[in-house]
Amino acid sequence: MEFDPFLLARLQFAANISFHILFPTITIGLCWVLFYFRLRYTFSGDKAWEYAYFFWVKIFALSFALGVVSGITMSFQFGTNWPGFMERAGNIAGPLLGYEVLTAFFLEASFLGIMLFGKDRVSNRMHLMATALVAVGTSFSAFWILSLNSWMQTPAGYRLEDGIFHVESWWAVIFNPSFPYRFAHMFNASLLTAAFLIMGISAWRARRGVDGPATWKVMRTGAVMAALLAPLQVWIGDLHGLNTLEHQPAKIAAMEGVWETERHAPLTLFGFPDEEARTTHMAIKVPGLASLILTHEWDGEIRGLNEFEGEHPPVAPVFWAFRVMVGVGVLMVLVGLWSAWQLWVRGKESREGQGVLLRILSVMTFSGWVAVLAGWYVTEIGRQPWVVDGLLRTADVVADHSSATVAGTLFGYVLLYLFLLVSYIAALRYMATKPARSLSLMPQQRAMNAERAQGEA
Amino acid sequence: MDLGYWLPLFFAGAMGLALLIYVILDGYDLGIGMLLPFADDREKDVMVAAIGPFWDANETWIVLGVGILLIAFPQAHGVVLTALYLPVTIMLMGLILRGVSFDFRVKAGDRHKAKWNALFALGSLVASVCQGWMLGAFVTGLTGDSTSTLFAALIAVALPALYIMLGAAWLLIKTEGELFRKAAHWGRLAVWPMGGFLVLISIATPLVSQTIADKWFTLPNAIGLMPIPIATGLAWAGLIWIFNSRQILHHGYGWLAFLSLVVICVLAGIGLAYSLFPDIVLGQLSIWESASSTESLLFTFWGAIITLPMILGYTVFIYRVFRGKASDLSYE
Repeated sequence: MEFDPFLLARLQFAANISFHILFPTITIGLCWVLFYFRLRYTFSGDKAWEYAYFFWVKIFALSFALGVVSGITMSFQFGTNWPGFMERAGNIAGPLLGYEVLTAFFLEASFLGIMLFGKDRVSNRMHLMATALVAVGTSFSAFWILSLNSWMQTPAGYRLEDGIFHVESWWAVIFNPSFPYRFAHMFNASLLTAAFLIMGISAWRARRGVDGPATWKVMRTGAVMAALLAPLQVWIGDLHGLNTLEHQPAKIAAMEGVWETERHAPLTLFGFPDEEARTTHMAIKVPGLASLILTHEWDGEIRGLNEFEGEHPPVAPVFWAFRVMVGVGVLMVLVGLWSAWQLWVRGKESREGQGVLLRILSVMTFSGWVAVLAGWYVTEIGRQPWVVDGLLRTADVVADHSSATVAGTLFGYVLLYLFLLVSYIAALRYMATKPARSLSLMPQQRAMNAERAQGEA
Repeated sequence: MDLGYWLPLFFAGAMGLALLIYVILDGYDLGIGMLLPFADDREKDVMVAAIGPFWDANETWIVLGVGILLIAFPQAHGVVLTALYLPVTIMLMGLILRGVSFDFRVKAGDRHKAKWNALFALGSLVASVCQGWMLGAFVTGLTGDSTSTLFAALIAVALPALYIMLGAAWLLIKTEGELFRKAAHWGRLAVWPMGGFLVLISIATPLVSQTIADKWFTLPNAIGLMPIPIATGLAWAGLIWIFNSRQILHHGYGWLAFLSLVVICVLAGIGLAYSLFPDIVLGQLSIWESASSTESLLFTFWGAIITLPMILGYTVFIYRVFRGKASDLSYE
């Protein structure tokens, strides 16, 4: 089989961005959680919150480092693999990325130093502020990059001259039609990912009795976040879907597997889309439900894939990714509500009393990752064959490398990423077994930590 | 005022400055990474502590440098990065290994520490060599012929030597005792190859590029430019003196070595900028030909003149917070 360099370039980009997004997804949300721990400690003086902060700041630092290094790869990939994109859309993409570097990257990378190592070098207030600045930085970063991504989905505020994009209105570019929905959806997804991560690892710690009350406090924080934010995410997701229907109907048609335009469209819960036969095999359908969800009317019209001949995304991956995202999302709503009920209303904080809950939460540790990746596959594969929706084809901006070069580097990246992913999860497991007091960022601190632990024991 | 003329010039300057700062700051990180295998276990921890609070922000300067290339000169961004596809990819893998090893080495458990130390050193070496290669290929106009390949190979070994010097000099500022003496020893050894490479590069550059030769060796330019090689030579001689003088080292003036290296980097930067200007890809694209539209540049310009001073400000603040010897640094 001959490998198409275009397909390989897309696979390479997909591999890089899939690996990258895992870590910002954690850090954007987790940083605000850390800020909350820090605030609680400052106001209550309760050591449990300080331990929670010390433990989670280490996981934050590790996740942040992985996010930074894989993010640098992204900034080079535009030029190495997709030079046509910057040549054509550079006037728009460039400044948005530039603002991300200037307002976000330096802020987070600089104050991270104080956040991690500066506690005894600056005042408590400065340390609290450094944590807040890192959180603001990560959120700014999400703001700019999602603005650019949304512009590629729903371009606005531009004019085309000889195939090159020029800016008519920066306001319209930055706050393009899908941006508010995408930003809210992704930001909330980060908080949810962080919520399930802290619950999952705390459940693991609770089952081994590590760190006592601090562990349970963290788990309760995560449970409240999940119970509030998971249902909220369903609502935001619905709004985002309506927005997509308005601007990218072909994507919706692929997500729902609607082959022909119809009224009273059924919702396909499950099935195997077959693009050649233009049908969904073994489909389980609920009559009229797709119309109801998308148009809020039982006999609302949904435009089918037949209207986008040759200009719609591949159906099966979008269809499947969407079901994975929604499935995991529903699970997160149920588990979130249930754990909040168990931990707050029933209030039992013991291994024995919460055996089932702890087990389920451990399994759900990385559920946010699954949902986020699936969601991004829906939106990114769903944009194909366009890189800028309806205006610029992905195939027209790819770099001219031999398939051997791209396949070789792709192979290298995939190996490296698998190795790092395994190492990351192994490190998390290792840290999860240790009390916060025994963990140090720098080994020579061990002695000092031991003294501190003894003094308080 | 003609913005179409001045804005590309501003961004070319900003890009040069970002890359210069990158070479100095991440240079000492990468240098310390390459020196890591020569230290014992306890010293390794101190060496990592000496770059702990800084490396992340240091690395961000290359993102800014490449970012400006992408923002302000999108045409050149494509040309440069497509031509440098392989070294860029390998460099990125090196930077990835270096960055994550820094965290993993203390978080993955003691059993795995040696492995992560080795990957930290390997990542630093790979990234440095590739950066040198990229720089060499870039200076010769990305032609890819055998002369430019040779030249790229020369820079690929020269840049790590400079980084190692920066690393050793940084350790003079940040460490004391046995490690301090080791750092001085490393500096005394590395200063000779570094000087040799400086001379070789100075001879080779005009030989590989007629454009650059014409710029440096025509009168009256040649006379006006003389201070650059002379000052570089003096700074290098100063380095040898500093690293060999017990007086200077033991009275806390080790930072003079780092200062001399900064002077050399700045002079080399000026020399490089003069050699290339006004091209962004030598002989192919000028900064004006490859620039973004004026309205896009202006939009970024306002952001840059507001944020860059703030970035420089808090960078200085962070370095002040973490001043002093690394062994005094109290973490957490």
